[in-house]
Amino acid sequence: MFYRQAGDFKTTYRDDIQTFPLKQDRWGYYIVLAIAFLVVPFFINDYWTSAVMLPFLIYAIASLGLNILTGYCGQVSLGTGGFLAVGAYACYKIMTAFPDLNIFIVVLLSGVITAAVGMLFGIPSLRIKGFYLAVATLAAQFFLVWLFNKVPWFYNNSASGQISAPERSMFGFAVTGPNADAPVRYLFCLTFLVLLAWVARNLTRGRLGRSWMAIRDMDIAAEIIGVNPLKSKLSAFAVSSFFIGVAGALFFSVYLGAVEVGEAFGITQSFLVLFMIIIGGLGSIFGSFAGAAFLVLVPVLLKNIMVNWLGWPTDIAVHIEFMVVGGLIVLFLIAEPHGLAQLWRLAKDKFLLWPFPH
Amino acid sequence: MNYGTKMASGIEPGAELLRIENISLSFGGVKALTDVSFDIQRGEVRAIIGPNGAGKSSMLNVINGFYHPQVGEVWYCGEKRKGIKPHQIAHQGIARTFQNIALFKGMSTLDNIMTGRSTHMSANMLSQAIWRGAAEKEEIKNRRYVEEIIDFLEIQSIRKTPVGRLPYGLQKRVELGRALAAEPVLLLLDEPMAGMNVEEKEDMSRFILDVQSEFGTTIAIIEHDMGVVMDISDRLVVLDYGKKIGDGTPEEIRNNQAVIDAYLGVPHE
Ligand SMILES: Nc1ncnc2c1ncn2[C@@H]1O[C@H](COP(=O)(O)OP(=O)(O)OP(=O)(O)O)[C@@H](O)[C@H]1O
Ligand SMILES: [Mg+2]
Repeated sequence: MFYRQAGDFKTTYRDDIQTFPLKQDRWGYYIVLAIAFLVVPFFINDYWTSAVMLPFLIYAIASLGLNILTGYCGQVSLGTGGFLAVGAYACYKIMTAFPDLNIFIVVLLSGVITAAVGMLFGIPSLRIKGFYLAVATLAAQFFLVWLFNKVPWFYNNSASGQISAPERSMFGFAVTGPNADAPVRYLFCLTFLVLLAWVARNLTRGRLGRSWMAIRDMDIAAEIIGVNPLKSKLSAFAVSSFFIGVAGALFFSVYLGAVEVGEAFGITQSFLVLFMIIIGGLGSIFGSFAGAAFLVLVPVLLKNIMVNWLGWPTDIAVHIEFMVVGGLIVLFLIAEPHGLAQLWRLAKDKFLLWPFPH
Repeated sequence: MNYGTKMASGIEPGAELLRIENISLSFGGVKALTDVSFDIQRGEVRAIIGPNGAGKSSMLNVINGFYHPQVGEVWYCGEKRKGIKPHQIAHQGIARTFQNIALFKGMSTLDNIMTGRSTHMSANMLSQAIWRGAAEKEEIKNRRYVEEIIDFLEIQSIRKTPVGRLPYGLQKRVELGRALAAEPVLLLLDEPMAGMNVEEKEDMSRFILDVQSEFGTTIAIIEHDMGVVMDISDRLVVLDYGKKIGDGTPEEIRNNQAVIDAYLGVPHE
């Protein structure tokens, strides 16, 4: 069977606006979901979970969040690391203040708190744009990290200045803490990613998403046809920060277990997530996944090749890794500014016509 | 029926919809408009003409709240306008197109025109996040209206094309579609036919007259092509160097000496 549009006619607008208009795409999506939920958990071990799966799932959530703000709404942010930290510390404070609260709810609440903080730091966007806004969010990044370092209340006065996640479970399985098993942690993060990707898709295909893109493409025209720039921009900051807050909460509680704010949520995180959406594709849900996968997998791959196969010393491998990843980013910016999502689209277009390209 | 339609529901065809009173607008030392007054009646095609730099676009920008005149008043639907924002004015039923196309380049034709329906959509963020139910219903209802506009403007084949890739003439048409999608009470068109050939101009004139007769939309249009403008408008305002030098039916304007002088370039004393 060929990958085709023909014969797959849309007879209602409802059919036409669905997420995967092509039948084959829809089935592909169901199969991927089934494998992710039903097959992968039986095969992953601790190494795969910590090195690949959890970082991918969590960064994909963060990328979705940043992509909503930057890719869809056109507001550049360098504050991602800071907002991840807000999610993490909110999660820690809620976990310790309400030990009986379900961890799923805790993570959601962390997102809500981060959304509020994000909106606050989004206020300058009503006045300033582009480069200046980027600098303002950079200030947020440094301020937030400084705050979590300086105010002992945030880390419950612990001597180390670190925060660490106590054990919390769902349905009798430990999700956080040292006793959490790899498949449980994986499934917990996967559930959040699938839910949030679905929400991101819904928000971006309707009125709100169009108002974000309108602000991005031409803010004056958007306002003149009835888009309220204040609501539009602040909602983008709120939704984006919610996603990033959830990612931060998972990063801390499920992935790392214990963090020190400067190390875990520094400026490099802001750039990493930004690179993910640039490489993956700005303004694309798929791109957020692709970019996160790419920047999580490439370093792992390079490290395995250089250290395990070639037997090079680790420190040299790390330097080469930096150079290669950096080079790839530059290459992407030059060769395909629309990212992996565009490459994927082009490949699909080719396939739609194959084997008769004319 | 949205807020704008409701607001204008008491204004009969032929009654005053908008009144500009003694508007003066300057940018630093540049006087764009000086003491201009005129009115627009419900249901008419009102043209604003004048040489380059006369202040025509500035006038439209005053009407939709983008420029704030230093002196003068704007009355809309019998109410004096006080310090409201352009997006609120859009909600009152005023839509427009721009002299330099101002489409959302990264979005498809369909999304551009759907964005024009913003003033008719109100599903909250939560229901949009869930989609199924209220948000989807609203989306489909508005999509149906947008498809009517797409049919009306004969742009079915470019529905899913990103507008940045369309030729100039089609972009102009999509922009008209986006403004029409708002079902405006008052539609402002800033040189909708600039850069078009005779055939495209005829198409556009036909669209404009159809909009007026089919939807009862009031239209204010800026256009340089005298032949076209005299044909399609009910009344004209003529601006020159920011001042009003003529106001009346095409017949009256044709015989107005000040207008003839301005267009023939008689030097100002
Ligand atoms: N935002 C602005 N800042 C400074 N000056 C402006 C601005 N907008 C308009 N002007 C000035 O106001 C005057 C009128 O401009 P406007 O664009 O309204 O003319 P117009 O009649 O639309 O001309 P055209 O036929 O060339 O479009 C011009 O001298 C212009 O330079
Ligand atoms: Mg003009």
